Amino acid sequence: MIVEISSILFMAVLAVTFVSCAAYVVFFISQNVKVREIARIILVVSGVLQTLYILVRYFQAGYSPITTHHETAFFFAWATTWAYLSFRWRYTVKNFGTFVSLLIFVLLIISAFSSKEVLPLKPILQSGWLPIHAGVSILAYGFFSLAFCGGLMYLLQERELKSKKFGYFFSRLPSLDALDQLNSHCLTTGFIFLTLGIVTGIVWAKVAVGHYWRWDPKETWSVITWFVYLIQLHQRFTVGWRGKRAAVMAIVGFVAVLFTFWGVNFFIGGEHSYGK
Amino acid sequence: MGSEKLILLGVNHKTTPVEVRETMALSSGYEEPLLQLGKIAGIKEYYLLSTCNRVELLVVGTPNAELVDSIIEFLFGTGRSKEECRQYFYLYEDQDAVDHLFRVAASLDSMIVGEAQILGQLKEAYRHAAALGTTGPLLNRLLHKAFSAAKRVRSETEIGSSAVSISYAAVQLAKKIFGQLNDKTVLLVGAGEMAELAAEHLVGQGVQSVVVVNRTLSRAVDLAQRFNGSAASLEELSCQLENVDIIISSTGAPGIVIHKEDVKPLMRSRKNKPLFFIDIAVPRDLDPALNEIENVFLYDIDDLSTVVEMNKTARDKEAVKAGRIVEEDTIKFMRWYESLALTPTIAAIRRKTDEICRQELDKTLGKLEGISEKDRQALEKMIGAISSKMLHDPLSYIKQQACGHRDDTDRRLDTIRNVFGLKDE
Repeated sequence: MIVEISSILFMAVLAVTFVSCAAYVVFFISQNVKVREIARIILVVSGVLQTLYILVRYFQAGYSPITTHHETAFFFAWATTWAYLSFRWRYTVKNFGTFVSLLIFVLLIISAFSSKEVLPLKPILQSGWLPIHAGVSILAYGFFSLAFCGGLMYLLQERELKSKKFGYFFSRLPSLDALDQLNSHCLTTGFIFLTLGIVTGIVWAKVAVGHYWRWDPKETWSVITWFVYLIQLHQRFTVGWRGKRAAVMAIVGFVAVLFTFWGVNFFIGGEHSYGK
Repeated sequence: MGSEKLILLGVNHKTTPVEVRETMALSSGYEEPLLQLGKIAGIKEYYLLSTCNRVELLVVGTPNAELVDSIIEFLFGTGRSKEECRQYFYLYEDQDAVDHLFRVAASLDSMIVGEAQILGQLKEAYRHAAALGTTGPLLNRLLHKAFSAAKRVRSETEIGSSAVSISYAAVQLAKKIFGQLNDKTVLLVGAGEMAELAAEHLVGQGVQSVVVVNRTLSRAVDLAQRFNGSAASLEELSCQLENVDIIISSTGAPGIVIHKEDVKPLMRSRKNKPLFFIDIAVPRDLDPALNEIENVFLYDIDDLSTVVEMNKTARDKEAVKAGRIVEEDTIKFMRWYESLALTPTIAAIRRKTDEICRQELDKTLGKLEGISEKDRQALEKMIGAISSKMLHDPLSYIKQQACGHRDDTDRRLDTIRNVFGLKDE
């Protein structure tokens, strides 16, 4: 029974997100504000359905559903959705929704293609720390993915302005300043969550196995990602890394995030491997 | 209403040089010229529009050479020969007049197509005419339709959103770079007229402060005062560049004034805040290589023209849409206008009553059984008599000859059409 509900919910999330995404694309092309309102409402519905799916999955599995590949990809999409919906930039950054909804849909597709099997939780992960540590970390990734979308948009718009060939994107993309502010906001918020994620991980490791830090590949890469963002923030606030450089760095940072998130599991393995 | 027509006669910025228009602009307000117009024989309804770019007169009356001559005399005064006047003004009748009025109201005939001022001016002109009672049912309706056509154009097209000019293009680009302009500073290098205009636009968009740099400091001081800004000498240029955001350069210098090498080291102390250079000087003042620096955007006059062209194509598309709306509304108005004629109105009233009689008769005859042919004819006759007696008074009311000095057939026709619920359009 619960398995069926969960799979119906999952299909619903996919369908609703697809519709919202399509509506955002229509808005991007037509610039009809009514369409944007509809797209946004559908995205909120998708966000609610995603939350329900996570709850159902929690009862289905009996633990916080942030361990298998399917679950983490889904949680990533959920974090991006709510990070987007909960902040005010969506009003000032024109057409941001189109880019973000596409990313959310891609993440959901990734989770759809991974095994939905519920695996028994490894004993080492059976702890109240799991949802806190994993949740906070993935929330950070949600903000970094917003910064990634903003970075892409910045590069597109900057190219239009520098080349002086005003193509399709010029009127449809927001001002460079708005995108640069978005970058700064998302990186700061994301960085705080990432730091919290790493700190909770350290505490959990101490409690569970008695060591703060064991240079597990995931841990190593988390620290590398953390430094990538730390350098960006530091440079922004001291010497003024902004504009194109900040946009490129947001994309580089997101690649580091993706590698930490999935690459490590595929290529290296370790304690954090999802459901292997 | 006979051979009466809607006549529109006027001059605008396209047909008439400014020297001539200057002598016509009605500086004394509307009241006096409106009263003066009322003295011209053969005019039933009229109204007058006067702006800095046009003077137009819309009249309901019987067109003849005399009427046109007296209007020309009213417009141009007696100082010019009729032949000279004739080359300046345009004259439209009926449908063309309606179409022209709607185009004016929708700002399709303005110097800057899409500017919003004209509708307000039109409304004011109408208010004056209505207050003096010079407009009647025809012009009242026509002008209200003009207002609603203008509103439709404004809400259904984007003709108002991209006025076309170099300054507008500069503002548009600045907004794409900086988002908000209200905490930004503009630096004018050289005090040319174009630079002044662009700066004016930017200040109008919220730019906070203006700095003027010029070879002769006194000119810089004068211009700076206009914008409540500050002046600086040419030697201070590079240290000014550290603090400003938008630079408009328009010096008459033969060579490059600001080089890439001057700006590059500044970016560090600016913390990479973006710089927007606008070069409107010919020959150019600014090193084209400036555009290669990160967070620096350089536009010269040709680049800005590209933006202006881009706006134009977008605007032209909107103008086509707007033209279609105006045409639609013109056709609707003309249908109503033509229906005002006497004969079609009488025919329409007859048709309507006949239809009602026929329907009711059929209904009743269907219910009556065993009725003889003779009785049926008597019934039909009775109903025909009732309806023509009922119609007698309304019809003679609209057919009656003008009483007193003014022919108000239009008003009576309009009333009757309303009373009988005849469709306008």
